[in-house]
Amino acid sequence: MSGHYNFAYLDEQTKRMIRRAILKAIAIPGYQVPFASREMPMPYGWGTGGVQVTAAILGANDVLKMIDQGSDDTTNAVALRGFFEKTAGVATTTRTEDATVIQTRHRIPEMTLQEHQVLVYQVPIPEPLRFLEPRETETRKMHAMEEYGLMHVKLYEDIATHGHIATTYAYPVKVMGRYVMDPSPTPKFDNPKMDRMAALQLYGAGREKRIYAIPPFTDVVSLDFEDHPFDVQEWPDTACALCGAEGVYFDEVITDDHGGRMFCCSDSDYCEMRRAAGHIGDQTRFTEAAE
Amino acid sequence: MYVAVKGGERAIENAHRLFADRRRGDRSVPSLTLEKIAQQLAFSVDRVMSEGSLYDRELAALAVKQSAGDLIEAIFLIRAYRTTLPRFGASRPIETGSMLVERRISATYKDMPGGQVLGPTFDYSHRLLDFMLAAEGEVPEPSRLENIPDQPTPGVATILDREGLIEPHAEFDEHAPVEDLTREPLDFPASRALRLQNLARGDEGFLLGMGYSSQRGYARGHAFAGEIRMGEVEVEFFAEELGFDIPLGRIKVTECQMVTQFKGSAKVPPQFTRGYGLTFGQNERKAMSMALVDRALRWEELGEEFMAPAQDEEFIMSHSDNIQATGFVEHLKLPHYVDFQAELDLVRRMRAEAAAHQNQDASYNEAAE
Repeated sequence: MSGHYNFAYLDEQTKRMIRRAILKAIAIPGYQVPFASREMPMPYGWGTGGVQVTAAILGANDVLKMIDQGSDDTTNAVALRGFFEKTAGVATTTRTEDATVIQTRHRIPEMTLQEHQVLVYQVPIPEPLRFLEPRETETRKMHAMEEYGLMHVKLYEDIATHGHIATTYAYPVKVMGRYVMDPSPTPKFDNPKMDRMAALQLYGAGREKRIYAIPPFTDVVSLDFEDHPFDVQEWPDTACALCGAEGVYFDEVITDDHGGRMFCCSDSDYCEMRRAAGHIGDQTRFTEAAE
Repeated sequence: MYVAVKGGERAIENAHRLFADRRRGDRSVPSLTLEKIAQQLAFSVDRVMSEGSLYDRELAALAVKQSAGDLIEAIFLIRAYRTTLPRFGASRPIETGSMLVERRISATYKDMPGGQVLGPTFDYSHRLLDFMLAAEGEVPEPSRLENIPDQPTPGVATILDREGLIEPHAEFDEHAPVEDLTREPLDFPASRALRLQNLARGDEGFLLGMGYSSQRGYARGHAFAGEIRMGEVEVEFFAEELGFDIPLGRIKVTECQMVTQFKGSAKVPPQFTRGYGLTFGQNERKAMSMALVDRALRWEELGEEFMAPAQDEEFIMSHSDNIQATGFVEHLKLPHYVDFQAELDLVRRMRAEAAAHQNQDASYNEAAE
């Protein structure tokens, strides 16, 4: 049992196979390309797809940022960052602007990404139609025939029942006017960031053995209706308790057992950057609630 | 202050150290050796080798030790190791007909060439706790035959085959490349070979449940254990450069041939049909369950009615792998607070809307009174 693995763990043959899948995915934006996903030394559902995509594109000069729930400090982000530090020895960072490859679970950074960056998403269920039709043989046909009526009916039923679309994350998008795609379970708050993003977006689903992509500057439209246009979550009168940011995605932190709570930026790097620039939040908000 | 998930790195390190300590337990108790595990927990080792798809008793024993007896975790360790190994080819098909039989039973014939060989088994034992075992009592040597009869033990299916009562062996092209679901993405419909590969790696408990369901009417057909045999077989590899087969060594396997009566259909005349199961080591429960599920999955080929999950190729093959299943189930432990926050927001909004409706209804009622 040798302790030496190839650069970024995967052997070069496997990387080549994954790169071919990535190239195909870029050529057909939003289309799910089957790939021979490997068994990785972390569990399925914990980022094996994202890790394989990252391993396949990583070069020795890349700077890697690893986030989960928007933060570099969450346990799984720490574990996956450690994996690449150990197996690839690449530089890592928590600063969004310094990273060339950003692997993420559930969030898109608040800061606008640039052309030289790649955003790699970890995807649990790549099929946007899966909860409407469990069979892969069926959903592949539906995509091939651009048969997306079922999805529109589902959204319409939401409106008929609740008066609005009751999907808050993994909100389906249409890529370049063709494929309906699951943006991975990011909150729909992040959907507008995907549209015409300068960075390349790659999606890896290890357990389901699928890779898909959005090339830079591609139109990505969240599904909606003319009389019920797509909208994102808002937190009226809420600012980050640490940095005072408004209009960002918030984590709600429970501060006591009497209903006290505070909000702070989900994107921890964005928050730190603001605090470093001298912004301070109103922490009395949550101390008052605590009293 | 806000510390919920900060400092993850040190916490993870400490958690792993604590686990290593708990695994070792009381230091005054001798540590398990791999040899002890391989010899005395042979069923655990066999299961880990089968579902880990790697025949190596020592590594499997190490995995069992490292996982403190959590067999799915042990299988995971073996799989993650296996994936890094180079592949230089596929062996020749093993000949279970020429197995050095350690155990061989048939439920369909009272006696047949080669006889019924009970061999080492739990069967027919009284499941009473053996307190002698706790007291580390002496274990007597097994009784031995003076002369081992040198007669062949042909498979029971072969006997039926001579009469034309059972469907012939599945045809396969010896020179076709062997499909490998760990190297190619799965595509439906899958070949029977690929289905069997999936079942061989599949979770024992899952297959047991699915096989059981097929016996209880969720799928049709009453199966007989035509034959179960367990013992060592030779593994051979055809070396292109040399032009002949090279023996690689011997492995122990359990094979099950289920025989199911079949009343015939538009496609196939009345006859007995086969379900096939094979595992590394000794694991009859798994081999039998696998054979039941294999048979149920063949409904389309035989022109049977589709009626139950055990027949559903996509359902079975997508959910049989315990490493995939446990990963995805347990990933719910990972933080999900971004999505939860989005749902929280939605539920609050919907509650507020529902409350507003109720108030409105109440005021209408008051006005009407």
